[in-house]
Amino acid sequence: MSERGRARITLDGNEAVARIAYKLSDVIAIYPITPSSTMGEWADQWAAQEQPNLWSAVPTVVELQSEGGAAGALHGALQTGALATTFTASQGLLLMIPNMYKIAGELTPAVFHVAARSLATQALSIFGDHSDVMAARATGVAMLASGSVQEAMDLAAVAHAATLRARVPFLHFFDGFRTSHEVAKIEPVDDADLRALVDDRLVHAHRARALSPEHPVVRGTAQNPDIYFQAREAANPYYVACPTIVQDVMDALATRTGRAYHLVDYAGAPDADRVVVMMGSGAETAEETAAFLNARGERVGVLKVRLYRPFPAAALVAALPVTVRAVAVLDRTKEPGSPGEPLYLDVLAALAEAGRPMPTIVCGRYGLSSKEFTPAMARAVFDELRGARPRTHFTIGIHDDVTHTSLPWDPDFSIEQPDTVRAVFYGLGADGTVGANKNSIKIIGEDTDAHAQGYFVYDSKKSGSMTVSHLRFGPRPIRAPYLITRASFVACHQFAFLERLDVLRVAEPGAVLLLNSPHGPAEVWDRLPRPVQAQILAKGLRLFVIDGTRVAQEVGMGGRVNTIMQTCFFAISGVLPREEAVAAIKHAIEKTYGRRGEPVVRKNFAAVDAALEHLHEVPVPDRVTATVELRPPVPPEAPAFVREVTARIIAGDGDLVPVSALPADGTYPSGTARWEKRNIAAEIPAWDEGLCIQCGKCVLVCPHAVIRAKVYEPAALAGAPASFKSAPAKWREFGEARYTLQVSPEDCTGCGLCVEVCPAKSKSEVRHRAIDMVPQQPRHDAEVANWDFFLGLPDAAPGPLNAGLVKDVQLLEPLFEFSGACAGCGETPYLKLLSQLFGERALVANATGCSSIYGGSQPTTPWAVNARGRGPAWANSLFEDNAEFGLGMRVALDAQAACARRLVARLADRLGPLGDALLGAEQSTEAGVAAQRERVSALRSRLRELDGAEARELASLADVLVDKSVWIVGGDGWAYDIGFGGLDHVLASGRNVNVLVLDTEVYSNTGGQMSKATPRGAVAKFAAGGKTGGKKDLALMAMTYGHVYVARVAMGGNDAHTLRAFREAEAYRGPALLIAYSHCIAHGFDLRHGMDQQRAAVQSGHWPLFRYDPALAGEGKQPLQLDSKPPSLPLKSYAYNETRYTMLAHSHPDTARQLLAEAQRDVLARWRLYEHWASMPVDAAAPAEERP
Amino acid sequence: MIDLSTRYLGLRLANPLVASPSPLCERLDNLRRMEDAGAAAVVLHSLFEEQIDVESQHLDRYLSYGSESYAESISYFPDLHDYNLGPDGYLEHVRRAKAAVDIPVIGSLNGVSTGGWINFARKIQQAGADALELNIFYVPTDPALTGREVEQMYVDLVRDVRRSLSIPVAVKLGHSFSATANVARRLDEAGADALVLFNRFYLPDFDLDRLDVVPTLTLSNPSELLVRLHWTAILYGHVDADIAVTGGVHGPEDVLKAMMAGARVAMMTSALLTRGIDHLSRVRAGLLDWMEAREYASIAQMQGSMSYRSVGEPAAFERANYMKVLSSYALRHPPRGPGR
Repeated sequence: MSERGRARITLDGNEAVARIAYKLSDVIAIYPITPSSTMGEWADQWAAQEQPNLWSAVPTVVELQSEGGAAGALHGALQTGALATTFTASQGLLLMIPNMYKIAGELTPAVFHVAARSLATQALSIFGDHSDVMAARATGVAMLASGSVQEAMDLAAVAHAATLRARVPFLHFFDGFRTSHEVAKIEPVDDADLRALVDDRLVHAHRARALSPEHPVVRGTAQNPDIYFQAREAANPYYVACPTIVQDVMDALATRTGRAYHLVDYAGAPDADRVVVMMGSGAETAEETAAFLNARGERVGVLKVRLYRPFPAAALVAALPVTVRAVAVLDRTKEPGSPGEPLYLDVLAALAEAGRPMPTIVCGRYGLSSKEFTPAMARAVFDELRGARPRTHFTIGIHDDVTHTSLPWDPDFSIEQPDTVRAVFYGLGADGTVGANKNSIKIIGEDTDAHAQGYFVYDSKKSGSMTVSHLRFGPRPIRAPYLITRASFVACHQFAFLERLDVLRVAEPGAVLLLNSPHGPAEVWDRLPRPVQAQILAKGLRLFVIDGTRVAQEVGMGGRVNTIMQTCFFAISGVLPREEAVAAIKHAIEKTYGRRGEPVVRKNFAAVDAALEHLHEVPVPDRVTATVELRPPVPPEAPAFVREVTARIIAGDGDLVPVSALPADGTYPSGTARWEKRNIAAEIPAWDEGLCIQCGKCVLVCPHAVIRAKVYEPAALAGAPASFKSAPAKWREFGEARYTLQVSPEDCTGCGLCVEVCPAKSKSEVRHRAIDMVPQQPRHDAEVANWDFFLGLPDAAPGPLNAGLVKDVQLLEPLFEFSGACAGCGETPYLKLLSQLFGERALVANATGCSSIYGGSQPTTPWAVNARGRGPAWANSLFEDNAEFGLGMRVALDAQAACARRLVARLADRLGPLGDALLGAEQSTEAGVAAQRERVSALRSRLRELDGAEARELASLADVLVDKSVWIVGGDGWAYDIGFGGLDHVLASGRNVNVLVLDTEVYSNTGGQMSKATPRGAVAKFAAGGKTGGKKDLALMAMTYGHVYVARVAMGGNDAHTLRAFREAEAYRGPALLIAYSHCIAHGFDLRHGMDQQRAAVQSGHWPLFRYDPALAGEGKQPLQLDSKPPSLPLKSYAYNETRYTMLAHSHPDTARQLLAEAQRDVLARWRLYEHWASMPVDAAAPAEERP
Repeated sequence: MIDLSTRYLGLRLANPLVASPSPLCERLDNLRRMEDAGAAAVVLHSLFEEQIDVESQHLDRYLSYGSESYAESISYFPDLHDYNLGPDGYLEHVRRAKAAVDIPVIGSLNGVSTGGWINFARKIQQAGADALELNIFYVPTDPALTGREVEQMYVDLVRDVRRSLSIPVAVKLGHSFSATANVARRLDEAGADALVLFNRFYLPDFDLDRLDVVPTLTLSNPSELLVRLHWTAILYGHVDADIAVTGGVHGPEDVLKAMMAGARVAMMTSALLTRGIDHLSRVRAGLLDWMEAREYASIAQMQGSMSYRSVGEPAAFERANYMKVLSSYALRHPPRGPGR
């Protein structure tokens, strides 16, 4: 309870803000974008539960097709008198900017809540800084900055109340992830507070201004030079009044809650000589640091700017102590080429205009993309201000060895309170560590008087990803928005981490180390790597051990050690008395899992009890006994960039990489994933060469390209490891050649998809197939050696292959390998196939989403290069523009090819027969393409002999004489929603592009929000009550153009059909659209059965297979060819294998039944429509030339 | 006026037609239609303890699957308010069924653990069921487990459940006991108010193309009635418990045969699934027609009239009948000689 007797709550910044926004809105227009998505998800969930707003109405939550759409809907709702809000970040905010100008220009009360995030520049980043909000500062919205979870809730309320009074729309922002995702214990703003802040008469006045035919007006007129300027100035009084209004509301909030805010808050020594000016969470760090330094005799302070627009110049000047000699303004953004970042320029102008003696003013950048801003860094800035001529335009937090902007800092400086428990937990995403820690924070936050804070760091992989949880508990409010570097408790929930990461770097002397270890208390010491032993001894750590994985297995928890390790934490840390802690954990289990059923609660209870029985303290010996070192992040034979840069990022030292080591333009080498051996599979496939029929299905479906086949001459087996397997190749034309199916054990994720599709079962024991999953560890060393040998075998088969056969395609080298996609991903097999068929000449335009994340997230990329130096060239522009981005590539290639051909023609007499051959080349087959490559190579040689501008010009363009294959790739969120307008235009253009839609039927990357591809009856975020509308038929829409090649494919439904469609699409000389069923972790079933589920999707008619080939019309044939049989499986038999459907059947059985019935009708109706279309005769007279 | 009424589980029923557990029973409008079509009672679909466990574990697993692993997708599903897991959904259905129809509503339970059986049985009683049918579906795959031990488990289970309930308890049995009559008597002594003969176990089939073991569901056919008639006739009079016949009851003749063998009620599922709920009214009319033509006054009059005790030639129910069948078959189908 707080001093005012209010119950404190524990929640993250997004939920804190969403609670206020929900209470004070009638209409909430949303679209998912990290890190703001959860605000919309909360709102949608509360609306589905019919929770009321402050006026007892349930707000309407509406998802749009983009942030631009959300802003438009917001504008419309506001114009019609609703209280309306939205949540966004980053590129989403950029898409809202046009409407923000409108909404502000019309003086319309509204609030945009922004979890501030980096913008995509040289790279995308989902993490926090102020680049996005700074891009919106000219729109005319008022801007309020929060620096903590408590402030985010408080200032959200201030924004909603102030906008009604001021009529200026507000942008309320807080730091993405650092505040949006930090879990903290705060005192809530309750309904009574909100009623005190929000005057209903202002709500009525807003409504009275609304558009209504009962009292019609017009808005949004067009104005000419005569009046636009004056009209623009007419709004000035509102902006003049706005700061005072904000302060009034802040004061009213203070009266209710005791928490006083000001437009600019000063904290620090009243007689400070040095001051830092900041916004957001960094100001918290600076304030705590200032207090620490002042207690040691310094005189420093922090100006926290809360209202950024309208900029409160007078308040800022007034808040700055007159004693100040030097000021540093820190911006969390970068404006290249400007004389300074925005906050700096604003402060500079304010002080200059104030007319009082100017202190020294410098500026710096910090914290881009959630870069840590620590007390050590804050101190470095204060220290810099001591000098007579402090540096300006500096950076803090990085090492800039190029333009030398960075200030140094002392990484050992710390202001952590000694009475704070600081705990760091290393876990796997899949083991539930983060969830358990969130529970622990709730337990301590809500069951004790202690304050609590939690922040969670995830890596950039979706399978086998590591999580690091940073938890602080203490007697005072915790104002430390930075990671723990001095932990009193370190837990490592995966023993394997000890071999590849310095997990004890964060341990302070005397700390406790808890290990989840397969080795018992007697053996564990000798199993620890030398650096771990050394640190335990040097820091005097206490060591505890539990075989949590075994305990989890025994109590039915599978691989989830969460509850077990959480119990151990409480048992050891002493944060709560043990008995009390166990009771609290069990209470939390009931709260968390009770809704999932009593058996789940029971097994978690069993886990708690078993944990205590199996926890042991290990007596620490007095000397280091191990000789094993940490594993190097990459092997020594890796390329220089990988060794020098990538390896440091993999090892967790990315923060230490200097500016000079990184490309200035965002260009990185391909094919780096192969160097990052993550070794995450407990089980890997083992091959029975005697049983295998060499069909290649396992190779085709492997999402990570870790199971591969080669056919080679027997002589190549010379020097093979003893355990290397081979069998006679089942290709008659290859004679005595051998065949090997090999797994890369350290790249496999253990998903099991390959085993499930294997059709070769033993005749004497059907459970045994040609590939079975077996424990990896006993086979590890042998299979690593086998894999290395396998890679050395020739890539090319000993004869020509038929790329139309799955069996032959397995022998094509994949140029998309070892991605960090989810284990068992349904998208990546299609990308791998694309890379096998067309990789050497493909350009890939990739929409933002899962495929851009596993395709392009640092530190490594799965897009690879072959031995000839060729491979897919890949780029991600944005989410919304991908089709256009790819079209631009096509247009440029075509223009360049036309230019090159012109030059060849002009140089014809000097090129001789080569010129004619180049211009007349037939490139419809891979052999034709290869021949043209030879010619281009010859052309280059010839051009070197020729001099002249035209020869040099042609040399720079020669590569485009080899046909290029442009692939526009993205998910359904892009193709069906945000990018649909562009996609439609590109398809209509008639240009030769190939569009691959990886349709997971949901926004997978942002965590499962509904898209227009989501089927009727499925539950998704933003469709918590089940989607009531049917799935958009994108294929049907594209087919209506008549000139677009369209195919709907499902690899698990018919792999040969998929292969055929890919090849036809690529061969078609116009736009081609492939819509690929992609099973997804967001469907809620064991992805091991992904291909079975794809087959069920086809059999049920949910995903009919077909190809629409416009070329057939020219032959007098019907272009639409139905390639699957009529629905033969009830839709329920397919759908109810997946949690996205069954959870509705559990939660709303009547609705589920009704939606299922409607969906079944959809299936049959669509099948009838397709069947009818496919059987329609075609007018053979339509000339093929009319096609684009 | 022909009296179709009968007594079953201490309940007076308007006729011997009872709708037995099937997916049809999951919808209230179907229950109403069954009542309208002449069902005298309805046994609801079973509450499966194992299913509750599995559904709960699955939901937990897949709601957590892939969560808290990646910063952009910390979860993949909304956290709904209530999942109706556990018996609550079923119990609510019992309550709503009771409110929807006037005929007795009999709950059905398939448990796994002793605690589960008793716990869920009590809840079904509290939800208002008029009686409870224990659907004992246990496949003893452990070769170390003896028939005696299995039988004792059944007996203990029935006794424990019987002691914890005040409503009548029926026991639905399989017919693969070595000594069915003995088991029936022991269950009777353990307190079973009725024996339901017999459960139809759904056995998996083999898919020869995929070399998979696949679940199958085959509906009953009238030939399955015979084994039920056989044991009803044998048990009639040897146990105090009422006897119900289920499996193979498709038409009025089947009901009549069941009554004559000694059953109090005849239960129908497959016939309703294939011919529709209205089939009940046709069966009821067929009963009346047959009885009227042969001047039967009541169902009670015929119940047990062709039981082991009542037929003139009880050997027909014993081994002698087997010999008779074999010889009659041999007469109709003489062996084919090698000369053909």
